[in-house]
Amino acid sequence: MELIPKIPVGDWVGVLIDLAQQHLGWLFAFIYLVCDSLISALQNLLLWPDPVIFIAVMMLVVALAGHRRLALGVGLGLFILLNLGLWRLSMVTLSLILSATAIALLIGIPLGILTAWSKRANRCLMPVLDFMQTMPAFVYLVPAVLLFADVGHVPALVAIVIFAMPPVIRLTGLGIRQVSGELIEAAQAFGSTRMQILIKVQFPLATPTIMAGINQCIMLALSMAVIAAMIGAGGLGGTVLRGLMRLDVPTAFEGGLAIVIIAIILDRLTQSVGRGRKQQKSSA
Amino acid sequence: MAKIVVENLVKIFGDHPDKALKLLREGRSKDEILDKTRQTVGINDVSFAVQEGEIFVLMGLSGSGKSTLLRCINRLIEPTSGKIVLDGEDITGVDESELREIRRKRLGMVFQRFALFPHRTVLDNVAYGLEVQGVDRDVRVEKARAVLEMVGLKGWEDYLPGSLSGGMQQRVGLARALVSDPDVLLMDEPFSALDPLIRRDMQDELLSLQSQVNKTIVFVTHDLDEALKLGDRIGLMKDGVIVQLGTPEEILTRPADEYVRRFVEDVDMTRVLTAEGVMKPAETVALKDGPRVALRRMKERGTSSLFVVTRDRKLAGIVTADDALAAAERNDEDLSRIVRDDFPRTTPDTSISEIIPVLADCRFPVAVAREDGKLLGVIVRGSLLAGLVRKDEAAWN
Repeated sequence: MELIPKIPVGDWVGVLIDLAQQHLGWLFAFIYLVCDSLISALQNLLLWPDPVIFIAVMMLVVALAGHRRLALGVGLGLFILLNLGLWRLSMVTLSLILSATAIALLIGIPLGILTAWSKRANRCLMPVLDFMQTMPAFVYLVPAVLLFADVGHVPALVAIVIFAMPPVIRLTGLGIRQVSGELIEAAQAFGSTRMQILIKVQFPLATPTIMAGINQCIMLALSMAVIAAMIGAGGLGGTVLRGLMRLDVPTAFEGGLAIVIIAIILDRLTQSVGRGRKQQKSSA
Repeated sequence: MAKIVVENLVKIFGDHPDKALKLLREGRSKDEILDKTRQTVGINDVSFAVQEGEIFVLMGLSGSGKSTLLRCINRLIEPTSGKIVLDGEDITGVDESELREIRRKRLGMVFQRFALFPHRTVLDNVAYGLEVQGVDRDVRVEKARAVLEMVGLKGWEDYLPGSLSGGMQQRVGLARALVSDPDVLLMDEPFSALDPLIRRDMQDELLSLQSQVNKTIVFVTHDLDEALKLGDRIGLMKDGVIVQLGTPEEILTRPADEYVRRFVEDVDMTRVLTAEGVMKPAETVALKDGPRVALRRMKERGTSSLFVVTRDRKLAGIVTADDALAAAERNDEDLSRIVRDDFPRTTPDTSISEIIPVLADCRFPVAVAREDGKLLGVIVRGSLLAGLVRKDEAAWN
């Protein structure tokens, strides 16, 4: 093995990061600004109302959407967060997740459509997605910190987006490709443009699959948000991390419990959106 | 003028159609081309014309290229070479947006497995063609309702297609194709997915609808009975070629080759043949002739009854040997007193499947007469069987 020297993959990536830092600084500054404003705005919004009012409004909205039992569950979950004294940290984590999900959808859905439309795009993107999903999540953290020359929620957000976006792309592409060729043919035969086929036929029929992608995206974002505490993302991840480092089991457990509650709430809410539509369809 | 003209159409499936096209032009066979170039010849130099208001049936087994040919007409499948001329305009060269306009306004299509949009209501499915044209919601709803009423689905507007039976779903498919009032309907085995009874109803309905709307219809099917029932003309396809093109009667009685002959051999001839095709000249006696003439003629012909006609050969009734004998013994000279009218009669275009049961329980022959009463011929059991055998022989020899 001595004959073949080690291929310096790590060094190459390091050089790449250096180059990006030197020449694309303006781009990262711009991204930083956008992400920072987004998270801060969301965080302020979530923390603006009194927690009790927030909980009441959430329950009302869910109940009015026709999910009464879910409304009770959401209320209970949020109340526990408040009761544990983790409300503020929970909202910080939530704003991070929601921003990451929004960005992941904004980028992921068009990319998903692209993979459905073009076989070549699909072939190019799939290995990238595999890479994004299997690379241990920690590894994104360091370059993210280096590129933004900062710790805190912005590099965390970028790392989360990279980690959580693949299912959105995959399931959007899958959902659209699954729409039967006959329906596409029918739409074409009546003179639809490609955009009309996408909006009037493919997208509505792919909705349940895309919703599953969004659901997974949120769950991945949550798990990554916890890990991102290591680069100062704050929120509940910070609580858990602190508990671990101090071997303070009660704190770590409470932080963990809050994360589980948020996960369950988000999961049930997104699932009910997908299901709610289906029920409408079959009863109409 | 012909509505649709297809000229020397070729469709080759594969990545390098040019090579295959060249070989095809040199007269190589489909198999040779597949061997040499790995390209499949889907449609091999097909030409035909569809007249305005005609139901033109493309018939063949699966893989014969009939659906491919249909899809070439609206370019859902892009032809490799050849021309599609619609209303005198070659549409093989037109660009995307022009093609969309043609599909939107001039070519309606109905699909084998309905291909209705499952997430849209019946009304929105039907209005789809207008929606993509950018027609206002009010206008398209109004038109869609009108077409739905025409196909007998009034009241089902707000249902989803999934809750309708197959027959109803295909009515929605038909309504969807008719909503923008295209001149041409392309129908790809529209009734194949339906069960036989519903299929027959739908065929009848298509015919009655066609008499109202008078579209030019290109209809693809693998069912010969369906082709014979609906088609004004039939193009019989095999291996991407139209092997015979003609009226149903021509195809049945003069099959162009062994393939067509095998195709038509199990056809139920009683459905296809009409009274006109199996009748024989009628033995008649004129009303003025009297019972003795009638008796003599019956004796000559060896029959026990004769049809009685007026001077202009209109059917007046039937006279039996017994009645004529009785009248002759009474010295009654007037035939009109013994003419009976309890005999079966039919029109020349009635299919013989309807005549057989009548013939089975009646002692008189069936008179074949035009609407105005003019007697054309008669059908007796023997002539009917002979008619069937004759057609069969034609099909075999």
